[in-house]
Amino acid sequence: MIQLIYLTVLLPLAGFLINGIFGSKIKNEKIIGWIGSGTIGLSFLIVIAAFFETLAFPVEQRQHIVTLFNWLSVGSLNVSIAYQVDQLSLTMALIVTGVGFIIHVYSIGYMHGDKGFWRFFAYLNLFIFAMMNLILADNFVLLFLGWEGVGLCSYLLIGFWYDRKFEKSTTSDAAKKAFIVNRIGDFGFLLGMFLIFLTFNSLNFNEVFTRANALNISTTVYSFIAIFLFIGATGKSAQIPLFVWLPDAMAGPTPVSALIHAATMVTAGVYMVARCSIIFASAPAIMTVVAVIGLVTALFAATIGLVQNDIKKVLAYSTVSQLGYMFLAMGVGAFSAGIFHVMTHAFFKALLFLGAGSVIHGMHDQQDIQKYGGLKKYMPTTYKTFLVAAIAISGIPPLAGFFSKDEILWSAYANAGFIYWFIGVITALLTAFYMFRLVNLTFEGKHRFDVHHIHPHESPSLMTIPLIVLAVLSVLGGFIGIPEIFSGEHGNNFHSWLAPIFSNAQIRLAQYGSHTHFEEILLMVLSVVGAAGSIFFARYVYLKNQKVAEHTASKFKGIYKILFNKYYIDEAYDKAIVQPIFKTSESLLWKITDVKLIDGLVNGTASLIELVSGKVRKIQTGVAQTYAVVMMLGIVAALFWIIYSL
Amino acid sequence: MENNLLLTYLLLIPLVGALLLLSFSKEKESSIRYFGLIFSLASFVLSLVIYFKFDPMNAGFQFTQKFIWVEKLNVSYFVGVDGLSLVLVLLTTFLTPLTLLSSWKGIQKNVKEFTFFMLMLEVGMLGVFVSLDLFLFYIFWEAMLIPMYFIIGIWGGPKRIYASVKFFIYTMFGSLLMLVAIIWLAVYASGPLGVFSTNLLDLYQVGPTIAKQIQYLMFAAFAFSFAIKVPLFPLHTWLPDAHVEAPTAGSVILAGVLLKMGTYGLIRFCLPLFPQAAIAFAPYISTLAIIGIIYGALVAMVQTDMKKLVAYSSVSHLGFVVLGIFAMTQQSMQGAIIQMVNHGLSTGALFLLVGIVYERTHSREISDYGGIAKVVPLFSVAFMIASLSSIGLPGLNGFIGEFLILIGSFKSEVLNSWWFTVFAASGVIFAAVYMLWMYQRVVFGEYHLSEKLGHLTDLNTREMIVLIPIFVFIVWIGVYPGTFLKLTDAVSASIIHQVTTASSVLVK
Repeated sequence: MIQLIYLTVLLPLAGFLINGIFGSKIKNEKIIGWIGSGTIGLSFLIVIAAFFETLAFPVEQRQHIVTLFNWLSVGSLNVSIAYQVDQLSLTMALIVTGVGFIIHVYSIGYMHGDKGFWRFFAYLNLFIFAMMNLILADNFVLLFLGWEGVGLCSYLLIGFWYDRKFEKSTTSDAAKKAFIVNRIGDFGFLLGMFLIFLTFNSLNFNEVFTRANALNISTTVYSFIAIFLFIGATGKSAQIPLFVWLPDAMAGPTPVSALIHAATMVTAGVYMVARCSIIFASAPAIMTVVAVIGLVTALFAATIGLVQNDIKKVLAYSTVSQLGYMFLAMGVGAFSAGIFHVMTHAFFKALLFLGAGSVIHGMHDQQDIQKYGGLKKYMPTTYKTFLVAAIAISGIPPLAGFFSKDEILWSAYANAGFIYWFIGVITALLTAFYMFRLVNLTFEGKHRFDVHHIHPHESPSLMTIPLIVLAVLSVLGGFIGIPEIFSGEHGNNFHSWLAPIFSNAQIRLAQYGSHTHFEEILLMVLSVVGAAGSIFFARYVYLKNQKVAEHTASKFKGIYKILFNKYYIDEAYDKAIVQPIFKTSESLLWKITDVKLIDGLVNGTASLIELVSGKVRKIQTGVAQTYAVVMMLGIVAALFWIIYSL
Repeated sequence: MENNLLLTYLLLIPLVGALLLLSFSKEKESSIRYFGLIFSLASFVLSLVIYFKFDPMNAGFQFTQKFIWVEKLNVSYFVGVDGLSLVLVLLTTFLTPLTLLSSWKGIQKNVKEFTFFMLMLEVGMLGVFVSLDLFLFYIFWEAMLIPMYFIIGIWGGPKRIYASVKFFIYTMFGSLLMLVAIIWLAVYASGPLGVFSTNLLDLYQVGPTIAKQIQYLMFAAFAFSFAIKVPLFPLHTWLPDAHVEAPTAGSVILAGVLLKMGTYGLIRFCLPLFPQAAIAFAPYISTLAIIGIIYGALVAMVQTDMKKLVAYSSVSHLGFVVLGIFAMTQQSMQGAIIQMVNHGLSTGALFLLVGIVYERTHSREISDYGGIAKVVPLFSVAFMIASLSSIGLPGLNGFIGEFLILIGSFKSEVLNSWWFTVFAASGVIFAAVYMLWMYQRVVFGEYHLSEKLGHLTDLNTREMIVLIPIFVFIVWIGVYPGTFLKLTDAVSASIIHQVTTASSVLVK
């Protein structure tokens, strides 16, 4: 099955083409939906088979490359459409096709009755096609194809309901913003690629990484490459300063938010950094930048999440914050811990979004949590699964989020220092708080909507079964990465599976774990107790004593306002960057330089000539044919003159 | 070898077609249209024959034919193609029938004259690309201006006279400088060669031996003329006017082929004839190219007229091509050549699409439209593909060209600085801004169409027939560019070699 891995790329492409071309004629939702989901389901089975096949190989032979054809070959540049099957790409592929399949099935229920049903599934399949290219690529250029491809699909899907209002404008504004901000990141990524090619004379992963490991190249060059690539990652994975598009991306249908803007696409930046671990490990200064950006983003987004009232917005900022954790992991050299968090986060965050979708579905498109309340009796399955996800993301053992988040925090402490751990834990407490604010305001307490007009209902089983599956994964998913101190001599399975991918980077980082198990357990207990306390505090504030929340909000009105308005970052970007560029382009460049200056010069010269030649104007008939004839005569005369004067 | 008639036939087909058209009676519009289409298709088929017989491994000129034309001046009718010119010949013969077909409805008056000028234009363009004698080249170069002038001037928009005169004067001004340089060169050649010569192959030997200061002047005269055609900033202001006023077919040919004559000239003449000057000027011209990339994109962003927006985007795109040429690496050169084709396809498609809505509503104002995806889904898909191709989405053609140009210029020894690439690459951001913003305002959002515009209908079969071949190549080049890159491999290597060896010999 390893050799057939390209089918996991081609099947979604086929699904896209079938639904994209014939979808409007097929009309039957069941057929369209199952074509869309089936291609992804099949891909998932192929990935599973390839996974077990790879597992059967000895550790040092677990990398396989499947080449389809030569794509771009010019001079020393030579890249193919070729897929690399190894521990890292298989892990990502399992997440993408597995969670992807679940979300596809869910969408059959969620999108029921939408007139763009076929279009939705076509785009969704195109997304999986691009994402699979991104994670399976054996070279930077093909990765970039996937990288921009997922950006395109994100654009198409955010703006899926292109005529709907969204905040101050329409969903298509949000879509455009996402694409453009991503392109700013891509600009960095491109430069990174160019510098890699200049340095290593190749863009194939194996060649580049082997040379990076063997050659003696200055840290400055590595730092430039790493920072360029990281700029790309901040765009795709919504980190400071390019995170602004992700909250707006919530304009898209909820399954899209779950699949693209939570579980898969936004983790592409983390994957890319992990893939290039040897390069990042060779640039220590940039590693610190990555860790700090990740940490600050995690905290910053969590504070915004505290006060948002749109259910999807809260989850969006939560995603930004969790992605921050992943980059923190990358930055402190805990690569496999970061990928582990990618996986567990995919489970519980997809679940949260799908749960939110189920609520929105049942509440007639209402997204404001102030207008929910007491929904658990109307939608019990959604409630229970949502609760599981909330516990998981809060880091309560033994759910999935606990193991991955705790490992990141421990690595931050061990490799970077106390302050990293401390801010990480503060963020975790905030996370637990805003998640349970969400749970309590949505499902608990009294209803705050008009029961005569809105009749909340549980979603159909096509939607609840995916919720249950993801809930099971959110509970059990963490066990494949149980830390060494609990699992004893077996070690951490997830780590030993990924270890070969990161071994060179780890050697270069040369970290020696000199910390005691006591410290690890102490910190773990502290963060768990903190999170649990946070959950109970949220319960107290939002169920028992609502006044506390209102009182705090009015007492710290200024801070509340800043948080509610997301630190005014969008407004600042608009004033400082967008508007000046537009104004300069319109007035200085176009209306002054082009029209007044250059054209003025051209037209001025023309009228000057006209003025001077006023006397000989009679020859000028204004008929171009005459001009042409005269010109040709002139040329011939000039030629003869030159020849005979030689 | 010196007497292969294929290229001459290629020139004769549209010429004969045009002349035969004159015998048609003016009323038989339908048969005139089919007649023109058939002849342009015939040249396309013949160019395919040439493509299949072409040996891509051979960097020299193939299918050459030569006979003395003006004995006294030693001027020959000398034609031939290498990979560079073949690619552009194919682009020309491919686009011409499509533009004729696209004008079925848009051109209603003087159909006979229109078809005549389009075929004559094709003769001129093909002539430019196959001429291997500077005198012959110059004649085609100038002759081609005349049909274009009339196409804009007769079938153009309200300000067509201003636009066509501006176009004519701008380009004529450049051409005259080139003419002077050609004559000087031919005279100079009579020194080492013993005879006055405009034969390009002879001049390739002679050019690099010219003293440095004079080379600079010669280079400047040629480059100026080509730069106007490209157009290179700040010589670009004729382009938006010409595009906006030209009928759709004129815009497509103008953007698709005519601009490429400028970049073609730079590669064919400026580089190998004056290698030392080319290397000395490279950083300056590349700087202008980069200004053009960013400037064109920024000005495109604030346009309110769709056609003007696409026109300014051409300034930006051609900036990439010029950068690729003067970076003089294998990647950047091949990227520049493929990007000429890409721009012809993507901008051609964009002009066709803008023309399609214009035919229905007579408005190109972006603000007159909104949310039209609901009414014209096929059009919206086509417009999306063309836009994505234009902004260089990987998997489509534009990416291949831009990527090769950027990666090549990054490691260019001639430019020897990252900054060129860094600035140029920022163009990919702005391209996304202006294209997607226009797309969004026209196609997405709530449906609205100015009342005065009547109503929109979706693409019809004829329009699909025009667009689909373009899209086939947009995807083909994006997914499997090897088919096209192999044509330009040998010739790019040989031109770079010509420039670098000639200049290094002189330096030593």
